[in-house]
Amino acid sequence: MEIFLDYLWVFLIGGTVCAIGELLIITTNITSARILVTFVLVGVFLEAIDVFDYISDFAKAGINVPIVGFGASLAKGAIGAVKTHGFLGIFTGGLTATAGGIAAAIGFAFIFSLIFRSHTKN
Amino acid sequence: MEDVKRNEAYNRYIKEKIPKTKAWPTLFNSFWVGGLICVLGQGINDILLLIFPYLSQQSAWACTLIILIFLASFLTGIGVYDQIGKFAGGGSIVPITGFSNSITSPSVEFKSEGIIYGICVKMFTIAGPVIVFGVVSSMLVGLIYWIIGLFI
Repeated sequence: MEIFLDYLWVFLIGGTVCAIGELLIITTNITSARILVTFVLVGVFLEAIDVFDYISDFAKAGINVPIVGFGASLAKGAIGAVKTHGFLGIFTGGLTATAGGIAAAIGFAFIFSLIFRSHTKN
Repeated sequence: MEDVKRNEAYNRYIKEKIPKTKAWPTLFNSFWVGGLICVLGQGINDILLLIFPYLSQQSAWACTLIILIFLASFLTGIGVYDQIGKFAGGGSIVPITGFSNSITSPSVEFKSEGIIYGICVKMFTIAGPVIVFGVVSSMLVGLIYWIIGLFI
């Protein structure tokens, strides 16, 4: 029962975050690149003011799977690296924390673009 | 004066021509599709923690995101994700799968222009700004925390 409630929260919060994105698209006609940038910045901000972890505790994948989580782990990496490595951490922290996601996105995109053809033209 | 009038007429014409998305159905679709993608992520995360109990929550999230990115990249390659995107709008853009889609989609699309100028350059048309803004803002946050750390 508890796990069902957990998944319900994930569904509701994740869905709401996505619906906010859609609402931004409908009302302001902004492009998907700007949506993604906006949500990443929101994530960075939430982590910077130390709120993200509290949301993540009950929202789980509902906030970590949306790109907000990507922004939060960028900021979390930078903050953590500054604490352990000092000034150097400003440069190394963010990308170290998100290296897995970025490398996966680039790597799989490269492989699949070699394998598959464009579908829009035919 | 005439210019203003003409511009107004043009704007009205454009407004008529732009396809109107019906707000409520797309909002609802993006809500449940986005929610389902998050539930899928939670499911992958829970299964990973079940199989590898020694995994920390942070590395479990990293693995989950990589699997989601793989799935989205594959679905984009076979042309399914763009269909989901037409149906769900924000529900397919906001999750990390949308980020993956925004990298794979143009690189498949511009494959015909060659590996360097097609795939590698176009790959970052949408992801580029996301990574730039993300990295720069995280550096800013790091800098602020470093300065705060000097005084505490």
